[in-house]
Amino acid sequence: METGTWKVKVGLAQMLKGGVIMDVVTPEHAKIAEAAGACAVMALERVPADIRAAGGVARMADPTVIEAIMEAVSIPVMAKCRIGHFVEAQALEALGIDYIDESEVLPPADESHHVWKHDFKVPFVCGCRDLAEALRRLGEGAAMIRTKGEAGTGNIVEAVRHMRAVMDGIRKLASTPQDELMALAKEMGAPFELVNEIHQTGNLPVVNFAAGGGATPADAALMMQLGADGVFVGSGIFKSSNPEARAQAIVKATTHYQDPQIIAEVSKNLGEAMPGLDIKQIPTDELLAPRGW
Amino acid sequence: MTGLSVRAVGTYSSSIKIGVLAAQGAFAEHIATLSQLEVAAVPVRLPRQLEGLDGLIIPGGESTSIGRLMQDYHLADEIKGLVRHGWPLFGTCAGLILLASSIHPDGKIDPLGLMDITVRRNAFGRQVDSFETELKIPVLGEKPFPGVFIRAPVIEQANSGVEIIAELANGTGVAARQDRLLACAFHPELTEDTRLHRYFLDIVAGNQ
Repeated sequence: METGTWKVKVGLAQMLKGGVIMDVVTPEHAKIAEAAGACAVMALERVPADIRAAGGVARMADPTVIEAIMEAVSIPVMAKCRIGHFVEAQALEALGIDYIDESEVLPPADESHHVWKHDFKVPFVCGCRDLAEALRRLGEGAAMIRTKGEAGTGNIVEAVRHMRAVMDGIRKLASTPQDELMALAKEMGAPFELVNEIHQTGNLPVVNFAAGGGATPADAALMMQLGADGVFVGSGIFKSSNPEARAQAIVKATTHYQDPQIIAEVSKNLGEAMPGLDIKQIPTDELLAPRGW
Repeated sequence: MTGLSVRAVGTYSSSIKIGVLAAQGAFAEHIATLSQLEVAAVPVRLPRQLEGLDGLIIPGGESTSIGRLMQDYHLADEIKGLVRHGWPLFGTCAGLILLASSIHPDGKIDPLGLMDITVRRNAFGRQVDSFETELKIPVLGEKPFPGVFIRAPVIEQANSGVEIIAELANGTGVAARQDRLLACAFHPELTEDTRLHRYFLDIVAGNQ
């Protein structure tokens, strides 16, 4: 029996596909998410909208909060560590967390280096803004990728930008002649082996979720139609007026993303969505997506 | 080869059409495996998409999530009805849980109750306990089968009429057959080995 293999790390993400991963801050939230059909939860002390509002340095959540959430549900539980904070990651692994999100939602602990994720048995998901960034994280051992979007804004525009950039990058690599790949890898700042692999297969070798700004069932279905394998919803559920109904609706819209009638039906009577932020109104130094590289 | 009657790739009747439940989980991987075997495979999200199918695969994923979506869109009752009329069904991991008649430890899922087994969810622990191992599956021949176990369940108890077709070294049941129902706790769809899928297609075709 061999644990912590690449296949079981990537494999768990494959089992999450077509599903919704929801941010939760209490065991009660976690139970609501699970009952609504979430395929996993992200255990946090505060959702991104509150982290954004509070400012300062947000860190790995209190293990008491994480353990209470792990106790409350039977679906996989994820938690966030700061970029480059390999000791927070070690602590999360020791807690038995199912997936670590090395996340730009928390201020980075290291501005030069991300966690060397191959050293861990627990799998990691990392954010990206384009294919090159995704491939750098894969090179470090991430077993799952997500768009960064702009967390805590309730505005899907950045997630769309990032998903389109990843998909465009894949299409470009697939159609680039073999003898130009090395120069392209240099220009991208991405590992050649992965550039070559995507050129050959036309696909990412791991699961790619959408994250950062989704707040409605239509947002979820939009990201799925753009090529996401599934969606993270952070503040969008528990910052809305009726989290239970909204959680169920987003789960249904993610499964039935190609069915406009179902999307229209589940979008009815959900109450107020979370308040949205115009990205252009956010001071540049308060944007989360540029954290990490 | 002992008792192996699975066929070579590409020899199935072109008329066979298999559905893969696409509520949530690794359904694309099953569709890819079936396509590799030159069998028509279609995703199923709504009851009307069950029409004209010769069998169904319930993939790995989160059983609570898949179970919920099956209830919400009235797939559970339709599938139960079809199986009672002899329809073949293959469940992997979450699919095994959903096929069971009873689930330990929780009441979070209403299983389909089609296979006379008791299943324990997350039987090995959390993700850090997920593992790969080689399995002996006599009905597939002597060559070991690559077992990929991800937050996997096990079969705790099987009543008469259920044949355990794969066990771990310690005797824990991890795959079973009951009439035209097949289920396993691991993920053949994440491997290159197509023998278990071919075994299911033989059940569908009436050769097993």
